[in-house]
Amino acid sequence: MYVAVKGGETAIENAEKLLAEERRGNPDVPEISLEQISEQLSLSVDRVMAEGSLHDRKLASLAIKQARGDLVEAIFLLRAYRTTLPRFGASEPLDTAQMAIQRRVSATFKDLPGGQILGPSFDYTHRLLDFDLAENGAMPEPAPEADTPVDATMPRVADLLGEEGLIEREIPNDQDAGEPLDLTRDAARFPLDRATRMQGLARGDEGFLLSLGYSTQRGYGRNHPFAGEIRLGEASVEFIPEELGFAIEIADITVTECQMVNRFQGSDEIPAQFTRGYGLVFGHNERKAMSAALVDRALRAEELGEATDAPAQDQEFVLSHADNVEASGFVQHLKLPHYVDFQSELITVRALRAEALDKQAAE
Amino acid sequence: MNATGYNFAYLDEQTKRMIRRAILKAVAIPGYQVPFGGREMPLPYGWGTGGIQVTASIIGADDVLKVIDQGADDTTNAVNIRRFFAKTAGVTTTEHTTDATIIQTRHRIPEVLLSAHQTIVYQVPTPEPLRWIEPREAETRKMHALTEYGIMHVGLYEDIARFGRVTTSYNYPVRVNARYVMSPSPIPKFDNPKMDQMDALQLFGAGREKRVYAIPPHTSVESLDFEDHPFQIETWEERCALCDADDSFLDEVITDDAGTRMHVCSDSDYCRDRQEAGHVGDGGPE
Amino acid sequence: MSDFDDAPLLRVSGLTHRYGNTIACRDVSFELYPGEVLGIVGESGSGKTTLLDCLSGRLRPSTGEVAYDVRGRGLLDIHRQLSEPERRMLMRTDWGIVLQDPREGLRMRVSAGANVGERLMAIGARHYGEIRAQAVDWMERVELDLARIDDPPSTFSGGMRQRLQIARNLVTGPRLVFMDEPTSGLDVSVQARLLDLLRRLTRELNLASIVVTHDLGVVRLLSHRLIVMRDGEVVEHGLTDRVLDDPRHPYTQLLVSSILPV
Repeated sequence: MYVAVKGGETAIENAEKLLAEERRGNPDVPEISLEQISEQLSLSVDRVMAEGSLHDRKLASLAIKQARGDLVEAIFLLRAYRTTLPRFGASEPLDTAQMAIQRRVSATFKDLPGGQILGPSFDYTHRLLDFDLAENGAMPEPAPEADTPVDATMPRVADLLGEEGLIEREIPNDQDAGEPLDLTRDAARFPLDRATRMQGLARGDEGFLLSLGYSTQRGYGRNHPFAGEIRLGEASVEFIPEELGFAIEIADITVTECQMVNRFQGSDEIPAQFTRGYGLVFGHNERKAMSAALVDRALRAEELGEATDAPAQDQEFVLSHADNVEASGFVQHLKLPHYVDFQSELITVRALRAEALDKQAAE
Repeated sequence: MNATGYNFAYLDEQTKRMIRRAILKAVAIPGYQVPFGGREMPLPYGWGTGGIQVTASIIGADDVLKVIDQGADDTTNAVNIRRFFAKTAGVTTTEHTTDATIIQTRHRIPEVLLSAHQTIVYQVPTPEPLRWIEPREAETRKMHALTEYGIMHVGLYEDIARFGRVTTSYNYPVRVNARYVMSPSPIPKFDNPKMDQMDALQLFGAGREKRVYAIPPHTSVESLDFEDHPFQIETWEERCALCDADDSFLDEVITDDAGTRMHVCSDSDYCRDRQEAGHVGDGGPE
Repeated sequence: MSDFDDAPLLRVSGLTHRYGNTIACRDVSFELYPGEVLGIVGESGSGKTTLLDCLSGRLRPSTGEVAYDVRGRGLLDIHRQLSEPERRMLMRTDWGIVLQDPREGLRMRVSAGANVGERLMAIGARHYGEIRAQAVDWMERVELDLARIDDPPSTFSGGMRQRLQIARNLVTGPRLVFMDEPTSGLDVSVQARLLDLLRRLTRELNLASIVVTHDLGVVRLLSHRLIVMRDGEVVEHGLTDRVLDDPRHPYTQLLVSSILPV
């Protein structure tokens, strides 16, 4: 006698227990602390904060710990928490020209006001596994301090070009006028303005944006990029509380900013000049900032009257698929039962086969 | 067991109001997809976040909630969503269709007729019925606005020309109130006729795509077809092996390694009611 | 020509279109009568394609008017007196447009029959058998092999695709058809058959038509009247035979001599 499967609730609860056990791993190994994650897996924390759209190292560390190091899952945890938080308002725009620079490089000029500052970077490391680290190696030698302090303010490279009129001025379009909408609170409808697209890129999956940015370099929507400037440092966040009416500094956050400078052929209205692609992310993540800048510029193809035939230039394609929490959920929802629809398909396929076989027999 | 620190039914009241406003608009324009500021839920996208947000925004302390997936109350996803609302709203839940005031569903409509005091909330993965023809939202919006739906019939024409029949078996597009073409969500086409002139309010939530739409009670819902190839639903030669029903959607269950099959109702509540009323099936293959 | 009706089907006045500072076509005016075929010739870059786009409702001209005799309503400026739904409805019922590249005018992955039937379904035809019968009828009228009715045009030759495009447009009984280089890219013998078909159909159906082409051979065979364009302006306008046999404008003389003998 057939009995339908029951007991879903117990099964789910037991699965949760097993998952918690797996997360902890071997109990003989000391448990990892949030401080350890925040300090020693800091780039994971940066990525989770960026794509989770919430700047909180402690919560991001907790999410990473709870998700067993699965960063997309950690991002999901952080987002689901973020959505419940009350909104006090929006901060003033960050002034990245005033940021305390840790690193600043430009590929377009050999030297420039403020200089090139290498900072903490994987760029020139030899990627050799360091077996000393495996043995909890000794404390690293402290890096020597420079003789002269870094300039307090550094002009952005793109602004230097601007003085000669060689680059488009960074002023909002008419369509960008007014307060940008909040992708996480408002219903966005395509076509999206640049401010909204940039929000999508800032939250977008790093791997997806990396591949799209790469695709523009390989000819799918080529846009002649130069890394005008990449800077990393602490920018202060200012907020104007209604009751005060003036801006107060509420935090310093680390951000990575990339300004791509792209050649533009010119059109009937605009002579040839350089245009910009822009990327900004929480934490230290140059790969993401640069990818976002490439894709931002690619998504401006229509505005600039360029051909729009590559995936990276298609805003519906890019922004509908950039969010890894959405993508991960929907791909994995295929695990849910679909047996009713499958039953309908079975009936249809059987009928089609029967008709085809009848036809063959008749011939 | 209440989740501490969260509002009743998880969402804050402001969000609920925003969703209810979208629902009101949806009810006023049957079949039209209303964008709403969908929230990130603590459950994954594609797993019912749209339906959950709609349910959360309309549920009250006195409501009785039923959640089904594939027609059954005991599938893990249904259990999980019911658990979510039991935890966050503390409402009474039920497996009996007739006792429920709100029924959240994925992929089925219950077999018993729903009544005027009930609301059915569908979980929708892809709200846009034109998506497979035109992936761009800016374009599909225009097609809806201008009622340019000829292309939907091109698809049906192709099926008939090639296979002698329409081969869409679930998520079969409908026209609501003789105006908007709408996705009924991935219910089997067997359920489409139940949507027509239903006494209950039908609400549809798509979380990932951030759209809600609705069919008010007593609204015409027509499955797309040709006059000379009218819409048809699935039929079975078999009856339910447990309750002997010959009028319900049957799931095919494989019972042994030799591939022996039996058929049972997909609507677990309907099947149990019939069995309790004394209907007995043949029990399936021994 | 006395066999044309008194009222024009289309009246174009002062049509100018600019892209930025470039003027693509300037101050074009003409009338088209029911059943009349008008040829627009010129080299590439002469503005004839921009003009066609403005005439066929796909591009809003910078200034000037394109007035069409909308059934039951009289002459209305299609760009400024018709709403977008009305214009789109006109485009898929009373008008046809045959594009140079049939891949743009057809649904390449949908069967030939459905390509023909689509316009009928778009205006509410809901009887499969009748739609199919119309598709069969039109396949025959454009001399396409009926055995290919369920094949997609991706499997058709260039000439067959053009025939299918014509059938797809004519199925709703339009009064005006726009054609953009309908025969270019086809072999000479295929071209000749297609022109023959177009000539027969326009005559049988009393179809008005505007044919844009750089090929004077095409207009000599098809059109009653001719407009010659150069640098966005109309340099000559007259009956086809008169313009081709006795060109008055130096540019037309050059154009005619460069292709002679036709």
